[in-house]
Amino acid sequence: MSILATAAEAVEPLTSPEFKNAMAAVGAGFAYGLAAIGPGVGIGIVVGNAVQAMARQPESAGLVRTTMFLGIAFTEALALIGFVVFILLKFA
Amino acid sequence: MILASLVFPPIDEILRWKPFFGEGTSYAFNKIGLIALMATVATLALFIAAGKKRALVPTGVQNIAEASVDFIRDGIIAQTMGSRKEDVAWTNYLTALFFFIVFTNVTGIIPFIQMPATARMGIPAMLAICSWVLFIAVGVKKNGLGYFKQAVVPPGVPKALLPLVVLIEIVSTFLVRPFSLAVRLFANMLAGHLLLVTFSVMGHALFLAETKQAFFIPLSILPLILFIAITVFEVLVVFLQAYIFTILTAVYLGGAMHPEH
Repeated sequence: MSILATAAEAVEPLTSPEFKNAMAAVGAGFAYGLAAIGPGVGIGIVVGNAVQAMARQPESAGLVRTTMFLGIAFTEALALIGFVVFILLKFA
Repeated sequence: MILASLVFPPIDEILRWKPFFGEGTSYAFNKIGLIALMATVATLALFIAAGKKRALVPTGVQNIAEASVDFIRDGIIAQTMGSRKEDVAWTNYLTALFFFIVFTNVTGIIPFIQMPATARMGIPAMLAICSWVLFIAVGVKKNGLGYFKQAVVPPGVPKALLPLVVLIEIVSTFLVRPFSLAVRLFANMLAGHLLLVTFSVMGHALFLAETKQAFFIPLSILPLILFIAITVFEVLVVFLQAYIFTILTAVYLGGAMHPEH
């Protein structure tokens, strides 16, 4: 009995609302930080290659720019979902 | 949240506005509703004013309207859907969509309003549902019920992989598209709004620092500079997000109309 009581006492801070809030804040930070890595690299690749294409063929710059924005929009969506997860964890 | 005497307001205070009237009923009307209404009126007013004179050499408002219609037709529709008559017919809807999004976004950087109406999920979700219903309806109208088969079964896929590919295509075409359209616009505007709030709160807290921390007061210029810089950046985001929402709607409509591409 006493062992159980000690265990419950030891676990008690881990179930407190403050601890849960703190963990949610840490998780929110990680969620956004990790979600930003991939899209950051991805947008760099998209824009870099678009600039290269425009430099090689300036006459196709209009089409390349349109396609570049489409590519950025699709890549960026992942980072934004990470941002939404951050908002949900932090504030909801 | 308290950070060295800096109190960040809870997110409800930044985003949730008290209704002007009808609180607690389904007719509640708050700042977001007012901005959406103003954006509708502004879009209408712009094109009514531009269409009134119909001068051969456009000036003023007519110039803006004609340039933007040209931009939607040549810069968005021709690049993504094509230049057939049925494609160009979408200019009306896409121009209205573009200007509505611009006007609901731009309130985020107009001083004393400073709340993008699209930073609440309602307006982006509704616009995304409109695009979703439209592209499915156009696809069904153009190709019959075969549209669904064309949409989910890409040509030249080995038979063994077909169930997996069909599942992925169903999810990505009919579920992820409207979701990502709405979330992209919403999250971009919310992120910009939060950045502006962060730097204005920081500048405010530094400027009103207590007397024993008086050396903080001159530092309040730094958040102010960043605030202005981010406002300038938000001008870009306002138009870019409207452009991206419109062009993606055009891409989806074009894919539904001409699935052979």
